[in-house]
Amino acid sequence: MTIAPRLPDPKKLIKGATGDWEVVIGLEVHAQVTSQSKLFSGASAAYGGAPNSHVSLVDAAMPGMLPVINEECIAQAVRTGLGLRAAINPYSVFDRKNYFYPDLPQGYQISQYKQPIVGEGIVTVDLADGSAIEVGIERLHLEQDAGKSIHDQHPTMSFVDLNRSGVALMEIVSKPDLRSSEEAKAYLAKLRTILRYLGTCDGNMEEGSLRADINVSVRRPGDPLGTRCEIKNVNSMRFAGQAIEYEARRQIAILEDGGVIDQETRLYDPGKGETRSMRSKEEAHDYRYFPDPDLLPLVLDPAWIEGLKAHLPELPDEKKARFIRDYGVTPYDAMVLTLERASADYFEQVAKGRDGKAAANFMINELFGRLNKDGKAIEDSPVSADQLGAIVDLIRDGTISGKIAKDLFEIVYTEGGDPRDLVESRGLKQVTDTGAIEAAVDAVIAANPDKVAQALAKPTLAGWFVGQVMKATGGKANPQAVNDLVKAKLGIE
Amino acid sequence: MSLVTDLTALTLAEARAGLKAGDFTAVELTEAYVAAVEAARGLNAYIVETPEKARAMAKASDERIARGEARPLEGIPLGIKDLFATEGVHTQACSHVLDGFKPPYESTVTANLWADGAVMLGKLNMDEFAMGSSNETSYYGPVTNPWRRQGSNASLVPGGSSGGSAAAVAARICLGATATDTGGSIRQPAAFTGTVGIKPTYGRCSRWGIVAFASSLDQAGPIARDVRDAAILLKSMASVDPKDTTSVDLPVPDYEAAVGRSVKGLTIGIPREYRLDGMPAEVDALWQTGIEILKDAGATIVDISLPHTKYALPAYYIVAPAEASSNLARYDGVRYGLREKGDDIVDLYEKSRAAGFGDEVKRRILIGTYVLSAGYYDAYYLRAQKVRTLIKRDFETAYASGVDAVLTPATPSAAFAIGEKAGADPVEMYLNDVFTVTVNMAGLPGLAVPAGLSAEGLPLGLQLIGRPFDEETLFTLGGAIEQAAGRFSADKWW
Repeated sequence: MTIAPRLPDPKKLIKGATGDWEVVIGLEVHAQVTSQSKLFSGASAAYGGAPNSHVSLVDAAMPGMLPVINEECIAQAVRTGLGLRAAINPYSVFDRKNYFYPDLPQGYQISQYKQPIVGEGIVTVDLADGSAIEVGIERLHLEQDAGKSIHDQHPTMSFVDLNRSGVALMEIVSKPDLRSSEEAKAYLAKLRTILRYLGTCDGNMEEGSLRADINVSVRRPGDPLGTRCEIKNVNSMRFAGQAIEYEARRQIAILEDGGVIDQETRLYDPGKGETRSMRSKEEAHDYRYFPDPDLLPLVLDPAWIEGLKAHLPELPDEKKARFIRDYGVTPYDAMVLTLERASADYFEQVAKGRDGKAAANFMINELFGRLNKDGKAIEDSPVSADQLGAIVDLIRDGTISGKIAKDLFEIVYTEGGDPRDLVESRGLKQVTDTGAIEAAVDAVIAANPDKVAQALAKPTLAGWFVGQVMKATGGKANPQAVNDLVKAKLGIE
Repeated sequence: MSLVTDLTALTLAEARAGLKAGDFTAVELTEAYVAAVEAARGLNAYIVETPEKARAMAKASDERIARGEARPLEGIPLGIKDLFATEGVHTQACSHVLDGFKPPYESTVTANLWADGAVMLGKLNMDEFAMGSSNETSYYGPVTNPWRRQGSNASLVPGGSSGGSAAAVAARICLGATATDTGGSIRQPAAFTGTVGIKPTYGRCSRWGIVAFASSLDQAGPIARDVRDAAILLKSMASVDPKDTTSVDLPVPDYEAAVGRSVKGLTIGIPREYRLDGMPAEVDALWQTGIEILKDAGATIVDISLPHTKYALPAYYIVAPAEASSNLARYDGVRYGLREKGDDIVDLYEKSRAAGFGDEVKRRILIGTYVLSAGYYDAYYLRAQKVRTLIKRDFETAYASGVDAVLTPATPSAAFAIGEKAGADPVEMYLNDVFTVTVNMAGLPGLAVPAGLSAEGLPLGLQLIGRPFDEETLFTLGGAIEQAAGRFSADKWW
C-alpha cells in the first residue's frame, strides 16, 4: 500500500523571513476502544464512575495477578484496521513497556512494540477546498491506558484514580503525510468519523476517548525531513491546529536564526497558545520493551477476520460515493451528510422516494443549521426524518413555498406535530388560486402607478411587485404564479 | 509412642486411608500436625501458623467424611509456600517489601486444594521472591534442614527457594507442601531433604495468584514424602484456568495410577553433558545406581546428547532476572506493602524498594534491567531466548529418537551448611541449579526423587525429565527408583 510522495504545494507553504517552509506532520492518535470491559481485565471500561470504582485486582497490579485478553477489544482493533484499509497481522505480540509512575500500577504498560496487530493502511481525507489527500497509516496497535494522578486534592499528597488503568487504547500512527494544520485537523476529523462509523471508538475528545500526539517538523520545500518535535496529548481539534501553527512557526524562527531543532517532547498550553519543552531526547526513557511472558502471542484465524470484514458497516467513503451516485447530491453535500453515520442514516430516510438534492439542501441548510445553533446532535433532533420528509414533500407538490417551509420547519422543530396537519391548521397553504392572486396583483399595480412606469422602463423592477404581492398574501401565494401574473399585467417580458 | 506422633509418621496416602477407615478423625490428624508444627519452630520452616483455620477446615472435613462426601484430599493437612496468595492470610513471598500484605483472593492452586478438602496449616518459608537456592535470602531468616551430617550438629540449608516446603515435609510437620520451581526451586530442595518434588510441565498448574518471579519459567508443584503422595497432590493442584492464559487445557490424568506401573519397554536417556568436571564421585555413583535400578526394572538405557546444556545456566540467569525486573516493578510502595516516606514520588520509590528488597533480589533486578536495556537487549535477552529454543530442541530430538524420559542427578552436591556459600561469588550458588534449569527453559516436567545417601549421611536425589505433559511416566519411573532405593527419613532431633 503505497502513496505517491507529495510534491510541495505552494498554497500550503509557510512564508518565513528567508523564504518558504514546508511543515510536515504525522499523528499518533490514541483512541479508546469501545468495549464493556478493559483490555486485560473484567472491570468496566465506562467513563466516569467514582474514583477507583472500576478497578479489578489485575488493574491494581496485585501480586500474582495475570492479564487475560479481552477478545472484543481485539475484534475492535481488527475492525478499525479493516476500516483504515490496512493489513491485519495474523500474528502479533504484546510487549511490556517498563517505567515507573504512580498511575501505572504494574510498573509497565502492556503494549505492542515490534509486532502490532495492524500494519499499513490508507485514509482518504477531504479538504475544505473540495480536494482530497491520501494519508498513509503506519500501524495500529493495542495498549493499556494508564490511571490518573490527581494533584489538587491534598496539600502534600497526590491521589491516584485507577478507573482508566487498563482500558484498551488503539494507537493509530500515521505516516508523515500531512502538510498543514488544516490537513491535520481534517485527518483527525476523518479518523474520528471512521471510528464512529465502525463503532470502535466514540471519538469523544472532551472525555479523552480520542487524543493525539503530534509530530511536527519543517523543511525547505524539496529538502529531506527536518528534526521533529512531538507535541503530547492534544485533546481537541482546535488545539491541534493551534499547536501545529505555533510549533511550525517556532521551529522556522529557530532555523532562520541559524539555530537547530532539538528533538524533544513538548506540551501545548492552550491558555498561552504555545508549546513548551517537556523532556529532551537525552531524557527519554529506556522502556526496556520485551514480550510479555504472561501473554501468548496473539494468533488470529483468517476466517475470523473475514467474518468481521463481512459484518463491517458501510464506511464514509463508500457511503459518500453512493450518495453522489444514487441521490445525485454534490460531492461536498455528500461529504457533509456522511460525516456522522447518524446524519447519513437520517438523510437516507428523508431521501428515500424523494428528490435527493432537495432533501440534502433542506437538511444541510435548515436542519443542520438549527441543530448547530442549539448544540444538538442529529440523534437529538426534535424533527424526525419522517417529519422533514413531509416538509420536503409539501414544497415539492407546491403546497407551500420554500419560505413558508422554513417557518413550518421552525414550528415542527419547536412545537412538534405532523407538517401536513400544521399546514392546514395554521393556514400555511400556498395560494395557487389565480383569481385571488390576480386581485392582489391588481391592487398593488393600482396603488403604485409611479412604480409601474419605472418597471416598464426597467423590467427587472417586476421583482418589486412580486415582493409586494407576496407580502400582501402573507407569503402564501405561489411565487411562480405571482411572477407570471405581474409580468402579464405589466405587459413586460 | 503416643498416637499424635504416630499420625505424623503416616504418608498422605496412608493418612487418607486411615481417615476413610475411621481410624482417626481429621481433627485428630490436624491436632497432631498443629502440635508438631509448634514443636518444630526451631527449624523456621513456617513463617505463619494458621491452627485455627486448620481446625475449622478439619472439622468441616470430618462432617463431610461422616456424610460420606469425602473429597480426594479430605482432611489432609498441608503447608503452603508463602508465594501462593491465601485469602486473608499473610502472603509476602518472604519479602519485607510486602509487609502486612493479606490478599483478598486465593491462588487457583490453593483454591483447588481446598476444594478437594485439604487443610491449611500455615505459610512456609522460602527465599525472597523465590530467588535463591538455600532459603537464606528470606526476610524471615534461613530454614534449617532436618537432615544433619553424621556426627555433626551444623545446621544445613534445605535448599531453595522452596526450602520451607521441603524442610516441613522432611520434618513431618505437614503431609505435603505446595512449592514453585523457576530454575530448580522444587527439585533441588527436595533432593537436599530426601523428599519427592515434581515441577510439572509449564502450563499444567495455573500461575494465577502465585507471586510472579519469572513468568515464562514459574510453575507450581508439590513436595511430598514419597512419589505416590506427590502424584496425589499434583492431581489436585493441576488445572486449566481461564485466568491464566498460559495454562493448558488438557485433562488431568490420574497420576497416582501411574505409580507402580511397569517400566518395561521404557527408554531412558542418559545425557553425557550432565557429567560435569569436578562433580563429586558420590553424585556420579548415585546416577549409576539410578541407571542400574531402571535397567533391572526392565527399562532400556541409551546414551544421548543434549549439546546446548552448557549454555542453559547463563541463559537462565538472563531470562529469569529480565522477567523478574519487570514483575517486581509493582512493588513500589504506592498501593500495598512497605512504604518508606519520601520527599517526592521518586524518593518514595527508591526508599521503599531499597528497604524492601534484599540483596539477592536487588542483584537480579539490576541484572534484569541491564540485559533489557537499549543496546544490550539483542546481545543478552534475545540471544538467551535463542539458546532457550536450542535447549528445547535438544530435548525434542532426544524424545523423537524414542527416549521416554531423561535421567540425571538432581543436584551437583548434597546439602551444604547455612552460611557456607553466603559470602561467596553468587555464581557458586547459581551452580546449584545446573541440572535443573534446562527443564524450566524447555518447559518440561521434572521430578526429583531421593536415591541414596552421601558419605556424610545426607540424602542425594536423581532427576527424571519427561516429555511435555507426560508426568505419568515420571511418576512410574520415580516409583520404581523409590521402590528399589527405599525412602529416606531424617532422624528427629528438633
